[in-house]
Amino acid sequence: MQGEPDPKAPEQIAYMSGRRVSYTLDSTLETVNSAEETASRIAAEAGFGDEDITRIAMAVREAAVNAVLHGNAYDPGKKVTLAFERTAVDLVITIRDQGGGLDMSKIPDPLAPENLLKTSGRGIFIIRSFMDEVEIHPSQAGTEIKLTKHVHGSNLDGKEASQ
Amino acid sequence: MTMKTSTRQVNGVTVVDLSGRITLGEGSVVLRDTVRDLLSKGNKKILLNLGEVNYIDSSGIGELVSAFTTVRNQGGDLKLLNLTKKVHDLLQITKLYTVFDVKDDEAKAVKSFS
Repeated sequence: MQGEPDPKAPEQIAYMSGRRVSYTLDSTLETVNSAEETASRIAAEAGFGDEDITRIAMAVREAAVNAVLHGNAYDPGKKVTLAFERTAVDLVITIRDQGGGLDMSKIPDPLAPENLLKTSGRGIFIIRSFMDEVEIHPSQAGTEIKLTKHVHGSNLDGKEASQ
Repeated sequence: MTMKTSTRQVNGVTVVDLSGRITLGEGSVVLRDTVRDLLSKGNKKILLNLGEVNYIDSSGIGELVSAFTTVRNQGGDLKLLNLTKKVHDLLQITKLYTVFDVKDDEAKAVKSFS
């Protein structure tokens, strides 16, 4: 049965394979919100505490904003791919756009005194602050950003991990 | 979840009570329009009460910075009141906590404008 597509239901185009689930999303503001909500839900399911859930969801939101606005520039013909993968020790989130590729040399340091009062340019910095590992792979086919948060230390198995 | 604002006058200072999320889209636009409207009416002493703002993203931070510089450029002042922990932490890591004048007592905050 084929129903009406619901843009607020990313699950409609979700593909699940083992511990990986991916979504193909339109370049809209709704995508930014649903990416954040999905990240929050998956982080909670992965056993992260409230603070980490907020940070993961916010990092994903910022990455989705970059993909929708700066990458795909709201182009309805371009999609954002969002994937979550659980490993034994990590939650790995990949966000990919189909834009022209992020120019890393044009990302200013938002903490530099001359940039403190700029009204934009803090997204990547926030992502790096909130995640354990961040990889950014720009190419002519788009930009892929891979966010990793270590699961250990969470209450995944009901006890604190020991160092 | 949208953002709501209401304004009140306290001893010559406009206190703006905000609640909800200041994020890309509606939240940021509401904040921008509110500050613009206040300035157009000559209200240049603005205290943003963020006590009910539980979430802000980089766009929202940008909007706060924009409001701050716009008000200052017009000879006024904009201060922040009652930051929630999430907003406080975000302003700390972005080094904006020391840029903004942040208060946690409304009466003292209002007094500090004069």
